[in-house]
Amino acid sequence: MSANNTAMAVRYKNNFLKELEDQAEMGEWIKMCMQCGVCAGSCPTNFHPGWDHPPQEIFMMVRAGRREEVLTSNSMWMCTSCYNCYVRCPRKLPITHIMHGIANYAHRLGVAPKLQPTRNFGKIFWNNAAKTGRVNEVMLTVDLYFRNAEGKFDLMAGIKKALEMQSIAIGLVKAGRLNPLELFGGHKCKDQKGIQAMLKKARELEETRKALKAA
Amino acid sequence: MTSIVATNQTILVVGGGIAGMTAALEAAETGKQVVLVEKNPWLGGRTAQLYRYFPKMCHPTCGLEINLRRLKANPRIQVLTMAEVTEITGTAGDYSVNVTLSPRYVNSKCTACGDCSKAVSTEIADAFNYNLGKVKAAYLPHDMAYPQRYVLDPSIIGTADAEAAKAACKVDAIDLDQQTETLNLRAGAIVWATGWQPYAAEKITPYRYGEFKNVITNVEFERLADPHGPTRGKILRPSDGKEAKNVAFIQCAGSRDENHLRHCSRFCCMASLKQTHYVQEAFGDEGKSTIYYIDIRAIDRFEDFYQKVKANPNVSFVKSKVARISEDKNGDPRLWGVNTEGYKRYSEPHDLVVLAVGMEPAVKGMAIPAALSEGIAADSSGFLAMNGNTGVFGAGCATNALDVNRAVQSATAAALRAIQVVNQVARAEN
Repeated sequence: MSANNTAMAVRYKNNFLKELEDQAEMGEWIKMCMQCGVCAGSCPTNFHPGWDHPPQEIFMMVRAGRREEVLTSNSMWMCTSCYNCYVRCPRKLPITHIMHGIANYAHRLGVAPKLQPTRNFGKIFWNNAAKTGRVNEVMLTVDLYFRNAEGKFDLMAGIKKALEMQSIAIGLVKAGRLNPLELFGGHKCKDQKGIQAMLKKARELEETRKALKAA
Repeated sequence: MTSIVATNQTILVVGGGIAGMTAALEAAETGKQVVLVEKNPWLGGRTAQLYRYFPKMCHPTCGLEINLRRLKANPRIQVLTMAEVTEITGTAGDYSVNVTLSPRYVNSKCTACGDCSKAVSTEIADAFNYNLGKVKAAYLPHDMAYPQRYVLDPSIIGTADAEAAKAACKVDAIDLDQQTETLNLRAGAIVWATGWQPYAAEKITPYRYGEFKNVITNVEFERLADPHGPTRGKILRPSDGKEAKNVAFIQCAGSRDENHLRHCSRFCCMASLKQTHYVQEAFGDEGKSTIYYIDIRAIDRFEDFYQKVKANPNVSFVKSKVARISEDKNGDPRLWGVNTEGYKRYSEPHDLVVLAVGMEPAVKGMAIPAALSEGIAADSSGFLAMNGNTGVFGAGCATNALDVNRAVQSATAAALRAIQVVNQVARAEN
């Protein structure tokens, strides 16, 4: 548990709904849910065995103050962003975005399930793209696949995966979508420092806004 | 030509459903002159299309019949059927109204013997039964229709069928030369009681209404259960005529939904609770009903009714708004969703699905005549909201989603307001 997580838990003692309203993107919508169940029933991951809680249940858990269970749940990360729930919700809750908001908040607090595939991929993709302003496809696949079940670097696992997917890789190279030389650097955007400064500033603004709400 | 006596002390009632009839009767019984205008060839509106009313489970043949008797006995009410108001000008106490009358092709000599119907071979969709069946193109809209007079559908005019109907009539009641006519009348006050229409269920795409034959609406279910309906009161599902012993009711089909109707339509919970009685009545303990709901809103004093249905072991309740419907190979609609009580996923087949569709005001999208639209506004659901400085008053489901009981109350209130306006006119002239 990170220090930030503890701080937030203390700050919003017993009021997890308020905490998400202040700290998670779109969190202010959660209270509008009327528990009809259309989102849950419309979800394509509905009958997936690995799915902890449907959105409707997550919203109720938030209101019931089950902070630990919600933040460490894999549910928000299971969202495929198909937007079925979003368009069908009778109260027009932006459910897809709320799910992403809670997921992001859990991630920032460092309590999200570490090796959850969506989160893992999201993290690798972000770090990759934020560095140069462009996605380095080769390094992305290396980061993603040269790992064992515990998330540690694993050469053999990577080679195995590479052999498994070689026809796809060759296809991508032929189509000009993947350049093997990217392994030694790769393309960047013109103003790399500018991009990084921009992202830093955006993060600062977000932190200030959330800190104001928490104050 | 139709002749109507109307002055600026006349009250015009637009719409001849339960609210319009009530407003007309209440005003006429206080001694006012009333003109009642109805679009259909018969009075009674959607109330006449019910099998039974809640909470007493009596038939409209009883409740409506009382109103029809009051109406027949009252010389101060002039009824115009197949008539629509097309223009209103003027102000409170002095309106000029244009009414367009569509030809019925049958005059007042009709004895409702049915000979014309037998002579005609063309069949048209049965509007009274929500198009679930067919009727002859010379038809009595329904058994207790008022006026008890046949109607010739305009589609057969000019054909041999129309001539056959005319030849079959022994009392010379068929007049094929009738034309559309426009009447101009005066009125001091207007009661606008144009009622409601069931929400277009095909717009709720995940329920596949119109595509799956065994997904029907609550108003259609009323006709299925009614002995005067297309199945003579047998609850048979449309796809294969099998007895529907396992019926699912989906509440809030369209209502309480920002994508469809914003408002709670109020009557649908009670209507579905009532309709579980039909299933029980038809099949006894073999008849199973399942109500899928967000929360049951047994309005007003009807909690007791709800509790009684709840105690029936053949009726089950699932707290969930159904997410979607699919169809099994044998034609069974299958309901998919997540039960809010325990968040358990379900996928249940039923014989028949009844969508408890909500009320959409009939005025929504209607071209409201100019003088009328000055005095009124629509709320966010399209129901009429009056501003008070006018001689036009809304009544019944034109103003809000109401059950029969409340529509009658609303109509009585509107009649009282209209009476006050014409009373002022009368005093000014004395």
